[in-house]
Amino acid sequence: MKRSYRARNKTIPLLTTVSPVAIWLILLVAAPLLYVLFLSFLSTDGYNVVFLFTLDNYKNLFNPTYLEIYANSFLIAFFTTAICILVGYPFAYHMARAGKRKKTVMMVMLMVPFWTNSLIRLNGWKTLLGKTGFVNTFLQNLGIIREPVEILYTRGAVLLGMVYILIPYMILPLFASIDKLDHSFLEASNDLGANKVKTFLHVTLPLTFAGIFSGSIMIFIPSLGYFFVSDIMGGGKSQLIGNLIETQFKAGNNWPFGASLSMMLIFLILIMVTVYKKSGGDMEDLGVM
Amino acid sequence: MEERKAIVEIKNVNKIFGENHVVHDLDLTIYKGEFLTMLGPSGCGKTTILRMIGGFEEPTGGQILVEGERVEDKEPFERNVNTVFQSYALFPHMNIWNNVAYGLKMKKVKKEEISRQVAEMLQLVRLNGFEKRYPSQLSGGQKQRVAIARALINRPKVLLLDEPLGALDLKLRKEMQLELKNLQKKLGITFVYVTHDQEEALTMSDRIAVMNQGYLDQLDTPERVYEKPATKFVADFIGESNIFEATISHMTGDTASIGLEVGNALCLLEKGVSYSLSEMVYACVRPEKVLFSAGEAEGFNIKGVVKEQIYVGNIIKSNIIIANGQMVILSRLDIDEVPKVGEAVNIYWNPDDVVLMKSRGYQIHHVIENASLGGD
Repeated sequence: MKRSYRARNKTIPLLTTVSPVAIWLILLVAAPLLYVLFLSFLSTDGYNVVFLFTLDNYKNLFNPTYLEIYANSFLIAFFTTAICILVGYPFAYHMARAGKRKKTVMMVMLMVPFWTNSLIRLNGWKTLLGKTGFVNTFLQNLGIIREPVEILYTRGAVLLGMVYILIPYMILPLFASIDKLDHSFLEASNDLGANKVKTFLHVTLPLTFAGIFSGSIMIFIPSLGYFFVSDIMGGGKSQLIGNLIETQFKAGNNWPFGASLSMMLIFLILIMVTVYKKSGGDMEDLGVM
Repeated sequence: MEERKAIVEIKNVNKIFGENHVVHDLDLTIYKGEFLTMLGPSGCGKTTILRMIGGFEEPTGGQILVEGERVEDKEPFERNVNTVFQSYALFPHMNIWNNVAYGLKMKKVKKEEISRQVAEMLQLVRLNGFEKRYPSQLSGGQKQRVAIARALINRPKVLLLDEPLGALDLKLRKEMQLELKNLQKKLGITFVYVTHDQEEALTMSDRIAVMNQGYLDQLDTPERVYEKPATKFVADFIGESNIFEATISHMTGDTASIGLEVGNALCLLEKGVSYSLSEMVYACVRPEKVLFSAGEAEGFNIKGVVKEQIYVGNIIKSNIIIANGQMVILSRLDIDEVPKVGEAVNIYWNPDDVVLMKSRGYQIHHVIENASLGGD
């Protein structure tokens, strides 16, 4: 008797506190994901989704036409991630070692553009990089080039846009792991005969590897999917997986295939996170955002 | 005794952080093979001094010499000195073998030589068999020993230890104290040890440097620091002390009669120190040296009432309140005679057992004497 009384007494408050979060998660996370999963097994008659179970959408993923798009996507994603590490690490390191005031200033500098709509920011780049844009005009006036060069609508421009949009996702986890690094490790290394370079290679880098890895996950996956970057900066010339998915849901009107492409991306994320966890990564480092 | 050779010389060193003057005009010579402890409360500058010797802080002024060579501008690894950090700072991504081998690897020593020396070091700190483990798999005491092995493998001339036992529990700390002391004797390396634990300092050290707010108050052997504290701070910080403010009222030969707020007492004047009549001093008496009797002793008239008694193992501490409200502590072994609670007693002591310290109050005395107080 006593036990059931106590159990009831706890269940109701627990339900009332947890249910808003649970409902939110079910409605906005679980339900759409399940719907996409469900969709990916259905067929299409060319216009509408037909309730007919099929695995063709998954077979279709390996169609040779798409392999080039995958390759192109992975190339862009790889270089985006690499550049983000190379640019982001020094920035994050500097920020972690800076004084309180400087740290705040750097954080604000990082976050303010982040809060602005990324489409607007990317269109801003267009005015800089276009044929009549600032860079071309400037170079022409200096006499370095005679004719405007094509900067925009190249793979390089897409890469630039990706790095520009995604770099905070690299800097923040890196900052968290460098900031957490106990300064006495560096002093100990220095004491035991390692100069700054050796200390960085043997101590700082291995101990902040979790930050690099979690930053890479958070950049690699979105850069496969950010179709609008390739649309704006690449002029639709270079197709990415993201563009492919967008096409299936809009122009192509093939929702089930779009859904199976999305499932492939989700599956990739799961693999990467699992590898990260298996290699001893801290899941909390992934949640810095 | 052979002449002692200086290994670390600190000459007129100052350290200022922003507006904080952390170390004041420090002069300190550390001799080869000695165990020197820097003792003081937190914020007294002891760790800063250690970090300046180790090369992690640069002195704002003054010189630091290791083996006669100036080192202020040298990197930590260019000095023949190694540090054992307070938090151990073992590299968490390396196993014990790699942690200990780190210093030799950086110096590009041959592989077989590294293996040999690491094995030797782990043997020394009794951790053979732990090579493959990671720091997170070790207990506090084991981590401590790895940290020591990692520093000692570089054959430093001086080993700096920054509160190395601070994180350990009492029993382990006592064991490690002995172990460290034995290790130091065996290797003959100079240890500079930082602690705020006075008992630790008294047990382990050859000499203790007592620091107080950035000043070196006393540098002496543990016995001398305990028996003859140089300042009121030292008397107060090391062991328990009864400290009385007093003025010198008579001096006959080497004995002086001093006037306390509540009565008179006798004490022995230190040889070689000159005192003047009505000079203000502090008289410091250790609790075990305080005597009591029913009647007044010759030259003394301090009366008090026993307020309470505290049993600390085999020692009984009696708190005696004297007329101005000051608490005088008297400690005795439990087999000795002690006064009863509530009993009125007379307090006295053997004049040799008092340590007399000059008070800054004497400066006021000079000011008053030299001031012209109006009139002509």
